Amino acid sequence: MYALSVQNLKKIYGNKLTALKGINLEVEEGDFFALLGPNGAGKSTTIGILCSLVNKTSGKVFVFDYDIDTDLEAAKSCIGVVPQELNFNPFEKVQDILTNQAGYYGIPKNVAVPRAEYYLKKLGIWDKRSQPAVRLSGGMKRRLMIARALINEPKLLILDEPTAGVDIELRYELWEFLTELNQKGTTIILTTHYLEEAERLCKNVAIIDHGEIIEHSNIKSLINRLNVQTLILDLRAPAHSLSNSKFHFRMLDELTMEVEVLRDMSINALINELTEQGLVVSSMRNKTNRLEELFVRLIAENKKSEAQIL
Amino acid sequence: MNTEHFKTVVAFRTVLRKEITRFLRIWSQTLFPPVITMTLYFIIFGKLIGTQINKIDGYTYMQYIVPGLVMMSIMTNSYANTAGSFFGAKFSKSIEEMLVSSMPSYVILFGYMCGGALRGLSVGVIVVFISLFFTEIHIQHLGIVILMAVLSALLFSLGGLINAIFAKNFDDISFIPTFVLTPLTYLGGVFYSIKQLPPQWQAISILNPILNMVDTFRFGMLGVSDLNIYFGFSLVCVLYICLLIWCLILLKKGVGLRT
Repeated sequence: MYALSVQNLKKIYGNKLTALKGINLEVEEGDFFALLGPNGAGKSTTIGILCSLVNKTSGKVFVFDYDIDTDLEAAKSCIGVVPQELNFNPFEKVQDILTNQAGYYGIPKNVAVPRAEYYLKKLGIWDKRSQPAVRLSGGMKRRLMIARALINEPKLLILDEPTAGVDIELRYELWEFLTELNQKGTTIILTTHYLEEAERLCKNVAIIDHGEIIEHSNIKSLINRLNVQTLILDLRAPAHSLSNSKFHFRMLDELTMEVEVLRDMSINALINELTEQGLVVSSMRNKTNRLEELFVRLIAENKKSEAQIL
Repeated sequence: MNTEHFKTVVAFRTVLRKEITRFLRIWSQTLFPPVITMTLYFIIFGKLIGTQINKIDGYTYMQYIVPGLVMMSIMTNSYANTAGSFFGAKFSKSIEEMLVSSMPSYVILFGYMCGGALRGLSVGVIVVFISLFFTEIHIQHLGIVILMAVLSALLFSLGGLINAIFAKNFDDISFIPTFVLTPLTYLGGVFYSIKQLPPQWQAISILNPILNMVDTFRFGMLGVSDLNIYFGFSLVCVLYICLLIWCLILLKKGVGLRT
């Protein structure tokens, strides 16, 4: 059974803007799935349709086999959603936001109150439970929205850029928390602009651009398709060039070198060549995250092919 | 009760409790202003001007205007509650909390409708108490009073909800109360008997649904009426059913809520 199955999903807004051009998507139960795409690609529209904030124009959506056209309530009871924008009543108390949300799902108070306590403690905002949400910091508001999304203990958790604008420490904490949730069996769909986040957390990925899925595969096999990676090398002593190198390189400054390593070349060969030329490397890193590099290439290719069609 | 029914009841109670908590928390904006306004009405229209007006249908002017003022309070407060609360939730996007949940749209409707009606009825009871400081009231038909008050509160609560569903900004939720409801209420026999109007104006006034509601309510309180109370009840029931169906369709389709 798929946690999510989307078939030929189309969305045309009132202003004739086509946000989704008939996408197909499958997310397996227990998956940690990344839905990536540039701004305006259709990610939030897709998520909006899944949690019934956006009316679809056509197509079918199944959540754990529940058809949202005929079993909407049953489908929604399986979903928890963390939206991109804050969408709680800022004057409501933190704990009330959670218990009310539980109530909307038909969860009685005697179950909702201890559950709210568990998630507020888990996400480190229990001591703020009696404060109006407006008084929380930005990071705490994000955590509150995650706690709220979990109050119905959803089988499918959808996170729309959950770590946007949060500090590194909190981001790491959230990554840990989400990994734990996924390991316990919750299927997670994540949209993010931090591709390092997607690469680190997710097993499968779909890339959406201009309302179309341009890539839908396993992250590892996708990254393996990357035929070149760009490395940044920090040199211990100043250098100007690599003579007769089989690697494509350029000096960013006299102590920093950028080198492109093709898929059929090895990093060992690069190190050997540098050693032969007497260059000592003090540190080495990827110029960009590998998934990011691939993402940029795929989007650029899609743009080019669209331009050719036009 | 099966699980689904239990969940529906819990969801309804949650929306209702949230609504009640809201208007009680901001009592200085919801419950207190009508106390001031109605006290002024009783002093100015009842005491100062009313003493110089002849009895109407055997009642002093003060006694005559009490039912109208009670109804006016119920209607305006029921309307204002759902319009303000629902639009506020739309504006802050916290309405999405309900829309993404598994709660059916009719539960949202009934929760808001009953919450609004409860505020209207609470204010109505407060106004009745205030009126006791100024005059004596002997309710003639308690059943009619309660039924008409509840039906009107529910009807206007639905009206406010529909207004909020269509509203795009705060101006939109004040337009209907200011330019439609207030004139209809003031021309709805709150302060006068339509028998005092020329025949053609009487005929036009009968088309005003608020007049029928006020008149039926007045019959319940004082035992006197200008119009047929059965027509008044029927009118409120028909309007209520129409608005209820309309509102259900709007919420189901997500008009003004989903893009």
